[in-house]
Amino acid sequence: MAMLHIVNKSPFERNALKSCLAHALAGDAVLLIEDAVIGAVSGTSLASELQAAMSEQAVSIYALGPDLSARGVSEQRMLDGIQVVDYAGFVDLTVANEKTQSWL
Amino acid sequence: MKYTLMVNEGPYQHQSSDTALQFARAALDKGHEIFRVFFYHDGVNNGTRLAVPPKDDRMLQKEWSELAEKHGLDLVICIAAAQRRGLMDASEAKRQGLTADNIAPGFRISGLGQLIEGGIESDRTLVFGD
Repeated sequence: MAMLHIVNKSPFERNALKSCLAHALAGDAVLLIEDAVIGAVSGTSLASELQAAMSEQAVSIYALGPDLSARGVSEQRMLDGIQVVDYAGFVDLTVANEKTQSWL
Repeated sequence: MKYTLMVNEGPYQHQSSDTALQFARAALDKGHEIFRVFFYHDGVNNGTRLAVPPKDDRMLQKEWSELAEKHGLDLVICIAAAQRRGLMDASEAKRQGLTADNIAPGFRISGLGQLIEGGIESDRTLVFGD
């Protein structure tokens, strides 16, 4: 009964990603799209929280590749452990997770 | 897998309609079915055929129409949201005593029940908005 959480707000503008991480359960996936991909950059004030979500909460974190490119975030600048997917990978995530929740 | 997509933003306020369109294309490419796309709130602005963006600009309205034609998609515009924003089909324009309609090919106007039905009939329902 895993859930895919879709976040599209920059974590430095709104608290959607923080709320999402507080609710995500072990085995869930979080997909960062649109402005939320800024949260995937390494060394930000949010990095330790994202790392804890991945290592302690067992939540998988993904970021949408085309939205990363559009914002100039290369894979080298990203936090370790965050996986990049394209739109096809986005579709696969919705198949793999029985429920989806958009954190608008 | 069967999908219903809900689009809550128009082409010029937010990226969400672009994201929904790219998602729909990727899902169809993988052989999935899009049962319905429901346009709500400012999302109804995706369904006008009278927008004339500059030639070098993307035209989401046309891209939705073309995708609908190619794959037989059911693009539904919420009637209450449409009336507020001046989105009309021929019969609705007539009923309101208006002289013109502007709905784009492939779109139809209906009610929220269509969204609920989409959620029931589909394996996955995704919301794209701000």
